[in-house]
Amino acid sequence: MTKKSFVNRKTIPYIMIAPVVVIFLVFMVYPILRSLYLSFFELVSGSYEFVGIKNYQNLFKDETFWKSLLNTCIYLIVQVPVMIGGALLIAVAVEQKFMRGKAFFRTTIFLPSVTALVAYALVFKVLLNGDHGLINYVIEMVGGKGINWFYEEWPARFAVIISITWRWLGYNMIILLAGIQSIPGELMEAADIDGATFWDKLFYITIPMVKPIIMFCTITSTIGTLQLFDEPFILTEGGPNNATITMGQYLYNNGFRYLKFGYASAIGYVMTVIIGLLSIVQFKATKED
Amino acid sequence: MKAFGKIFGYIVLIIAAFLSLFPFYFMFVSGTNTNNQILSVPPKLTIGSELAANFEILVDKVDLLTSIWNTLFISVVYTVLALLIFSAAGYALAKFDFKGKGIIFTFVMGSMMIPSLVMYVPLFEMMIEIDMTDSHWAVILPMLANAFGIFLMRQNMLNFPTALLEAGRIDGVGEISLFFRIVLPNIKPALGALVIYMFTSMWNNFMWPLIILGSEEKYTLPISLAMLDGNPTNKNYAVILLATAVATLPILIIFLVFQKQFVAGVMGGAVKE
Repeated sequence: MTKKSFVNRKTIPYIMIAPVVVIFLVFMVYPILRSLYLSFFELVSGSYEFVGIKNYQNLFKDETFWKSLLNTCIYLIVQVPVMIGGALLIAVAVEQKFMRGKAFFRTTIFLPSVTALVAYALVFKVLLNGDHGLINYVIEMVGGKGINWFYEEWPARFAVIISITWRWLGYNMIILLAGIQSIPGELMEAADIDGATFWDKLFYITIPMVKPIIMFCTITSTIGTLQLFDEPFILTEGGPNNATITMGQYLYNNGFRYLKFGYASAIGYVMTVIIGLLSIVQFKATKED
Repeated sequence: MKAFGKIFGYIVLIIAAFLSLFPFYFMFVSGTNTNNQILSVPPKLTIGSELAANFEILVDKVDLLTSIWNTLFISVVYTVLALLIFSAAGYALAKFDFKGKGIIFTFVMGSMMIPSLVMYVPLFEMMIEIDMTDSHWAVILPMLANAFGIFLMRQNMLNFPTALLEAGRIDGVGEISLFFRIVLPNIKPALGALVIYMFTSMWNNFMWPLIILGSEEKYTLPISLAMLDGNPTNKNYAVILLATAVATLPILIIFLVFQKQFVAGVMGGAVKE
């Protein structure tokens, strides 16, 4: 041990972490700061002009922005609880002792979440077609009236909600399943001996035990929904009359269609603040007990 | 009552499984039918004989092979780089104490809450500045700032027995070969999960490539799909669905073969504290 190599026990962690630090500085820290800076500027004929908080002021007067926020809230309030509730129900059903074909159900129900967002959105676009779609055919077959999915505001929103739920339910089901499997078996056996019903066990054992996992799923789904882009972009292009436009798509339109970099950055920052606040609220709710 | 519960459970699962599978079936079957058959009411739901004809139209409309090659190239390069960089970072964060570790870890974790959309305008600007728009590297490099991959690696390295590392050091194994010869071979399942996670997330990536790639010969599969659908003239759903089937099939096969790693990738963040 005469020659002291540059690579030793003291230096190795720095060498190992260096690439990640460089990448995060260049592709994360810099863009975040630059974006904040840009949100106070306006691109006028190729050069930036300082405009103070004008972008933010305009944003709060911008009807389309409010509509994108409203749409996102509708997606959040309707889709996230339905999906998590459905995922929990299915996970509980799969984990029942009597259930056969567990692996089959797990695999098939998880399958949608491996598809590309663009790909599955295209499939649903065909299935939900107002005149020729299979879904309307089924609705009419059972005596309902076909729905003009993409040309009316609420149906268009539900088209987006139905599609997202199909794509993400199995994903959340798999995560919840892990939580349910980690509940000690003795707990359920003791409840059985005490004569607890299925619903007793669900509400007094399963749900309280997997509450942190339910919260995890809720938080990640909320963050994902707030950043929604691909599905409305393909399914409805934000229409009709901006009924399905999301903040993500509005940012994309401003930044990359109209090249309003300052305005797009302001939208991005408002999104960041909303996501930050919601995450804090949900984290707090988890910590409560 | 018991019997009723059982039946109810099976009904729920059978409906869920059917609804999960049906769109796949519809996608694959429609690729073998004509546009008119898909648009008839009800659409034809059995396998047809138009696969070859649809394929011909498809390769005529988009440069499918180039698109597949681009997607494969980007996904493989990204996965290899991510594997190296993230496992090294995860190792440093899990098994060493060093200055700045706390700050780095907190920042990486915190970045999960920042919408990547916020970064796209400055990144786009940056790529124009260094003349890298329309390059596959412009797609790959920024996506390496991925907190989840680092977190997944760190979590899995935490359980790695420190005694094994010490034994290696006593035997005079250098720090670098310690990492490549002892650590990495012992966490293969976690690496598998990371590979699957990184590969599929890049294979399916849409928004950032859409922003940064401008010319058709650089397009990835999701962009080609969107372009195929966005072109209003002679819209042919059979061809569009065939293209989505082509884009979906590789991931589906990877999933069915590497199911365990797939699920481990999904769970990485959730189950381990």
